Amino acid sequence: MRRLVTDTLIIAERNLIRLPRAPELLLAFTVQPIMFVLLFRYVFGGAIKTPIPYVEFLIPGMIVQNIAFGGFVTAIGLNEDVHKGLIDRFRSLPMARPAVLAGRTLSDIVTNTLSMGVLVGTGVIIGFSFQSDVAHVLAGVALLLLFGYAFSWFFAWIGLLVSSPESANSVGFIAVFPLTFISSAFVPVASMPTVLQDFAKVNPFTITVDAMRSLWLGLPAGNNVWEAVLWSLAIVAVFAPLAVARYRRQGRS
Amino acid sequence: MSSDDPAITVRGLEKSFGEVRALCGVDLDVVGGTVLGLLGPNGAGKTTFVRILTTLLPADAGTASVLGLDVKRDAAELRKRIGLAGQYAAVDENLTGLENLVMVGRLYGMTRGAATSRGRELLSNFDLEDAARRPVKTYSGGMRRRLDLAAALVAKPPVLFLDEPTTGLDPRSRLGMWAVIEDLVSEGTTVLLTTQYLDEADRLADSIAVIDHGRLIAEGTSDELKDRVGGERLEVRLEEEGGAEAAVRALAPMSDETPVAEGSLVRVSVRRRSGTIVEAVRRLSDAGVDVDDLALRRPTLDDVFLTLTGHAAEERADPEEAAAA
Repeated sequence: MRRLVTDTLIIAERNLIRLPRAPELLLAFTVQPIMFVLLFRYVFGGAIKTPIPYVEFLIPGMIVQNIAFGGFVTAIGLNEDVHKGLIDRFRSLPMARPAVLAGRTLSDIVTNTLSMGVLVGTGVIIGFSFQSDVAHVLAGVALLLLFGYAFSWFFAWIGLLVSSPESANSVGFIAVFPLTFISSAFVPVASMPTVLQDFAKVNPFTITVDAMRSLWLGLPAGNNVWEAVLWSLAIVAVFAPLAVARYRRQGRS
Repeated sequence: MSSDDPAITVRGLEKSFGEVRALCGVDLDVVGGTVLGLLGPNGAGKTTFVRILTTLLPADAGTASVLGLDVKRDAAELRKRIGLAGQYAAVDENLTGLENLVMVGRLYGMTRGAATSRGRELLSNFDLEDAARRPVKTYSGGMRRRLDLAAALVAKPPVLFLDEPTTGLDPRSRLGMWAVIEDLVSEGTTVLLTTQYLDEADRLADSIAVIDHGRLIAEGTSDELKDRVGGERLEVRLEEEGGAEAAVRALAPMSDETPVAEGSLVRVSVRRRSGTIVEAVRRLSDAGVDVDDLALRRPTLDDVFLTLTGHAAEERADPEEAAAA
């Protein structure tokens, strides 16, 4: 167990050291989300009817979507490691088996925190403000990081499954992007056709976005916060074992 | 264990990828403190063999152990005692040379301090001192290979697997790599080295195992193998075709075989290298044969294969890659 913690931290450190040396990745964390926030706020914002000002409605949804995609770094990074033979090297070392993946997903938390900060900053500049106390705001931050961590495991599995970094990118995109849109992230669910509404209501994105709105804006939460936590844990429970199993079998066929 | 005990023992090892049989029952022993060269063409099963011994791939049948540790049952213990360096130079491009070595050292369980000083020592031994603080993506191919090998050596493992350590390197980098491996061997490390090059096996290995289509087809020292192949070849190009018969007669005493003439070209395998050219020139001039050109050629992998299997060591697709595709 101590071995697992040490090795995980070594791998996480490695991922963070290399981050500033691949500046194009940093752009994906910073400039891209800002662009989306501005486009939604000023292009679609006027046409979408929401019970609260659109900028307040949008920011939690945008951050949830963005943090779910933070795991991309894991998918692309792991896929590169497979191709460059680094996974073979790691698997031949006396290190804890899940550490390569655990270290990856752990370092995503750091990059997710960074992109969350960028988005909140942008939001505040264009009129977003927290409507709750510090404890609830921090609880929201914790929930976001947990949700992002859960998706990092999904992306870890994708990264080991597909044949190239490019396909990791598109498979992840196709799998996650519609989920984020058929939810309460950008528009009120009530404005959708009935079939989509049914889906949106059980979509973990809706539940997590609603939980964020209640934690940051003081809206009624219902059971959303607990349901959101359970969803994140469930995603980890499914995809972490899948990813680790895939890692153990890497390069066997 | 005594120094004569095998450090690596393999019995009846089999592995298939779908329809492709990569290994069909390989038996092999490597004596502790020696270098075994596993020689074969692309797709012969060399990489599959190394991957099974380094616990990366499970075998279908047979057993393999390193220092008495079974590759399946004792995999975790075994990994502490082996180092692996491959043809793909598995180092992180965005880390510096030193950062790579420190990371690998710590993953072997060394402290950061111990890994750092060992890393510096290796970088200076491998002529990478100046590049220690540069990201690996700025390295040349030869530098990457040396760093890859250094990474396999950080924890001073007693058994080392080198999978085609010089494939794809330019001749100068190749010589540099050979020098590094030779130093290592003198420190008593047991090495299993795969290669497509006979001269590489010849220079580095104490004994050579030749593998083809997943089977070992010959084993022995470099000299023993060369004896079977027929040693060096002397090639003489004559001024005129008419002199061929006289040349064959003149050169015959230098070889156990009868020289072969093809037009103005006369070929003969010779027993030894030193003095051969001088002797050949003297014999030919005594016989009054005019020589256009004359050269000694070392036997190549193709000669070994031609002699042992009757077919050339042609390039074939790697079965692992073929199965993955």
